[in-house]
Amino acid sequence: MDFKDYYETLGVEKDATQNEIKRAYKKLARKYHPDVSKAADAESRFKSLGEAYQVLKDPEKRAAYDQLGSNYQAGQDFNPPPNWDAGFEFNGGDSAGSADYSEFFESIFGQGFGSAQGGHQQRGYNARGEDHHAKVLIDLEDAYLGSTRSVTLQSPEIDSSGHVVNKQRTLKVKIPKGVKQGQHIRLNGQGSPGMGSAPAGDLYLIIEFNPHAIYRVDGNDVYLDLPLAPWEAALGASVKVPTPAGPVDMKIAAGTPSGRKLRLKARGIPSKEPGDLYVITQITLPPADSDDAKMLYQKMQEELAYNPRSKLGV
Amino acid sequence: MNQKILNGILIDEKTELTLVDLCYACSSAEEWVVELVEEGALEPSNLHSIGKEHAQWVFSADSLQKVLTAKRLQRDLNINLAGIALALNLLEQIETLETKLHCLEISSK
Repeated sequence: MDFKDYYETLGVEKDATQNEIKRAYKKLARKYHPDVSKAADAESRFKSLGEAYQVLKDPEKRAAYDQLGSNYQAGQDFNPPPNWDAGFEFNGGDSAGSADYSEFFESIFGQGFGSAQGGHQQRGYNARGEDHHAKVLIDLEDAYLGSTRSVTLQSPEIDSSGHVVNKQRTLKVKIPKGVKQGQHIRLNGQGSPGMGSAPAGDLYLIIEFNPHAIYRVDGNDVYLDLPLAPWEAALGASVKVPTPAGPVDMKIAAGTPSGRKLRLKARGIPSKEPGDLYVITQITLPPADSDDAKMLYQKMQEELAYNPRSKLGV
Repeated sequence: MNQKILNGILIDEKTELTLVDLCYACSSAEEWVVELVEEGALEPSNLHSIGKEHAQWVFSADSLQKVLTAKRLQRDLNINLAGIALALNLLEQIETLETKLHCLEISSK
């Protein structure tokens, strides 16, 4: 287990005042909130911030952490000494709902927290169960063809002795053809069980695409960079173009420049109004790595009299 | 383990959500969602129904994303409803601009 430097996470000095810590946290939390930031690591950064703040904002926890941490550097292997917490009192208190903390955090502050989790509003005895949310990662091809995905969910439940336990369950879910990034699939009755005679809540799955090696997705539309040989671009050609639903033939007009956006209508993500597939041409340079190839280039140089910089006035 | 393949309902442009659907989806009280509407952060797709009974309100699928974002912004950053309305607005604008930028980048490549 690695030691976590909570001061470094929040970008404050070890002797920062509580006020400085609060301001640093608020600033960074706004910056890295997953709903605000598009950065790929926003979610994990936001979680780390929350964890660091959870400790440093509380003078008791901060004192305990300081005592423990004085001999450690961030990333160093960490083992809490036995009975290290003797003499400190934790009242758990305002744990932030369902936040999940690092192993490091749990090893130090774990015990005071378990019972404080949840914090859901209590409804009457005949209340519909709560709705749950989960993320499903799919490949672009799944959106074209439809597929099934196994989703593993962890939900805290209260067992017969009144303890909160994390229950795991796996659902097989059909991913319908034509789903888009950010869309939800609702599974009726797969949320929390209802109380009394009330029905269970629903489960919402939010769709996210795995980044694809060759395609980019924008709503319904899909983009592909298509490399062309200079002679294909110059003379025109019929070339094979991959699409997530399988390759198609595409006509390239003579004299097609690099960066031309060609549209394959309705070859984007299928739906009632299917998206388009945009092919961006990229003319690539054949290597001059043999005598024959060099000769061909030299011949072009001699016979074509082509100045690519004529527009630059040189 | 449940090995049956479940068929969900895809919440797409055509799906209509009621106020109750939205409230359950974000585990919030009806009043909270109504306040979001009054703040202008959220609009029923049948606009003429705003002054009418809440049970008649119908929301489009993007409202679901909006209430969930609103809920998280309030929980995590302690923003009040007016602030949430502003943030949602600005986020939407950023998204529009980024899409435009993306298109321009592609066509100037």
